[in-house]
Amino acid sequence: MIPGVDGFMYPNEIELQWGLLIVLYPYITGLVAGAFILASLERVFKVEAVRPTYRLALLTALAFLLVAPLPLQLHLGHPERSMEMYLTPHTSSAMAMFGFVYLWYLTVVLLLEIWLDYRVDIVRMAQSTTGFMRLVYKALTLGSENVSPAARRIDDKVGYTVTVIGIPSAFLLHGYVGFIFGSIKANPWWSTPLMPIVFLFSAMTSGIAAVLLLYMASVKVKKIPIDMRCLDTIGKYLFYTFLIDFTLEMLDLVHRTYEADESFRSLDFMVHTRLMFSQIILQILLGTLVPLALLAANQLWKFSEAKRRVMYLTAALLTMVGIFAMRWNVVIGGQLFSKSFLGYTTYKVSFAAREGLFTAVGLMILPFVIFVVLVILLPPWPERSET
Amino acid sequence: MLHTAYRPEKEMGLRRIFTDSGHLVRPAVVLIAALGIFLIIRALVIPKAFGQYGHYRPAALMEIRQRPIVYAGQDQCVMCHDDEAKTRAAGKHAHVACEACHGPLASHANDPAAHVPKLPDVANLCRRCHEKDAAKPPGFPQVVTAEHSGGMTCNSCHQPHNPHL
Ligand code: HEC
Ligand code: HEC
Ligand code: HEC
Ligand code: HEC
Repeated sequence: MIPGVDGFMYPNEIELQWGLLIVLYPYITGLVAGAFILASLERVFKVEAVRPTYRLALLTALAFLLVAPLPLQLHLGHPERSMEMYLTPHTSSAMAMFGFVYLWYLTVVLLLEIWLDYRVDIVRMAQSTTGFMRLVYKALTLGSENVSPAARRIDDKVGYTVTVIGIPSAFLLHGYVGFIFGSIKANPWWSTPLMPIVFLFSAMTSGIAAVLLLYMASVKVKKIPIDMRCLDTIGKYLFYTFLIDFTLEMLDLVHRTYEADESFRSLDFMVHTRLMFSQIILQILLGTLVPLALLAANQLWKFSEAKRRVMYLTAALLTMVGIFAMRWNVVIGGQLFSKSFLGYTTYKVSFAAREGLFTAVGLMILPFVIFVVLVILLPPWPERSET
Repeated sequence: MLHTAYRPEKEMGLRRIFTDSGHLVRPAVVLIAALGIFLIIRALVIPKAFGQYGHYRPAALMEIRQRPIVYAGQDQCVMCHDDEAKTRAAGKHAHVACEACHGPLASHANDPAAHVPKLPDVANLCRRCHEKDAAKPPGFPQVVTAEHSGGMTCNSCHQPHNPHL
């Protein structure tokens, strides 16, 4: 008997091939897509209230996007070979095509939008700074210091267009991650056309929550007054997207339960045993129902500012945990049962391994480090930029 | 595209629009330059005629063809080892190829005197196919080797070429 294995398991199913890092991957790309969509709310849908988070959201998206491929690279035994995907891509491979979606999104959407939005600041800093930083900003101006009102108006128009293109791109970016799982027909836990949509909405939910947290944190660090109208509006959007996300997931669940195909007993058993904690308790109870209740309460009643802040903070933190648990349950859950539906295995996270816990923690810290660097390089606060 | 999106005030001439949107050319140039560098690197590093017959290097076919042959095929073995061939044909291993147990022996078949093969390591050989595993078809003969053999080597009871006792 192999420890951790119950019932009948095919030999190649006993050890999980996709571990913690593959859980991180959709989590991180989800944050990118979510943060970007929040930024585009302000830009395209003219939601003025979330203005203070616009630049913050763009920088968050960039910081996480830069880290997004790293879990996959670390997962590969031969990371250098991932370049082959760009050099000789196979059109029938979703993963290969995804590489191009990633590049498109990084260069044509995100970098361009940030550049257009920051151009005025970059040019000003290229003139006001000295030494090495001056060179950096000079390089960032790409050699043009034309920030006349007319040029800025053009930038604004072009930036708007880029954002409009960016929304479907962000949807594609994360829909694709869901697509990769949803199209694995051998795995009933993954194989559903709902997967890309569920991933998309959970991405938006987690991204909005992340920007909300980063906004609250940056306000604390910078000691600037918090914009409660902004916070309330983000809270409202978080509530809406989370509600849609939850509805979709429940739809999936109800559908599976009612359909009760040959995989159902096995999946049902798993949810009641090995996934009890991560799915029922972490994801659904703590990670969804509690934050939803907190956010809903804010839609129904008016609380004091201090209370609201605590409620949003708690809701956003729990949301982040809940969405992480959701990724975990999808990726890990999908590998815990046998394709024979007669056996179950277990997954143990290793510590200091290439795909272990330390690596994962490092990968989660890295985007925040990049974020801080970006914020120092391109301060998103108008206060700073006026000095 | 930029010019249709942007409606200039009347007093602005076409020239002004050009100077004011001139900076937009720069990221485009950077992007195109990056794309160009990528294409050059790609042209340099991907193998010649990649994709001629399919999604692989056509030269790979030649390289593989030039590798030395390592398996002789059992028709060869049977020509010289008549006894073993007869023994095997009479038993349950009739359809197990010689080299499935003996390993690749083309060099031996070409020059038997120069390359005398080592005999298989029985302790590990039989296990490879007969160890009990729930994933194997139930009709396939399988034993929990540790319990079944009682620590003796398999060929102290079974004959490898005709495993019947
Ligand atoms: C051209 C004839 C010839 C062919 C073909 C041939 N063998 Fe042999 N084989 C011999 C001779 C002769 C010996 C004895 C060599 C010696 O002991 O010097 C031998 C020895 C062996 C031995 C070692 C016997 C021992 O007692 O150590 C094995 C095992 C063996 N052959 C397996 C094979 C297999 C398997 C093949 C097919 C891939 C094969 N042979 C093909 C002629 C041949
Ligand atoms: C099921 C695995 C198996 C297959 C199939 C098999 N052999 Fe063997 N053979 C062995 C083992 C094991 C030994 C060594 C026996 C020992 O150490 O006493 C052996 C020994 C030999 C020997 C050395 C003489 C002897 O009997 O000890 C020759 C020659 C030989 N095999 C040839 C062949 C040829 C030719 C074939 C194909 C017709 C063949 N074998 C197929 C397992 C196999
Ligand atoms: C390459 C795989 C392979 C190896 C190695 C192998 N066998 Fe077999 N063995 C088979 C196959 C295939 C059969 C035939 C199964 C059938 O008839 O369905 C078989 C049949 C048998 C049987 C007959 C069972 C019966 O129902 O009568 C015995 C006993 C046996 N092997 C013992 C051995 C021993 C001992 C060794 C080691 C010297 C060995 N085998 C090595 C594949 C292998
Ligand atoms: C002590 C003698 C002995 C040894 C050593 C031995 N066997 Fe057997 N084996 C037997 C006997 C006797 C049978 C027939 C028993 C039966 O039919 O139930 C048998 C049957 C088998 C069978 C057929 C089982 C079936 O379900 O048809 C396989 C396979 C087998 N042995 C493999 C091995 C392997 C592999 C080893 C080495 C690890 C080995 N044996 C070592 C005595 C032995």
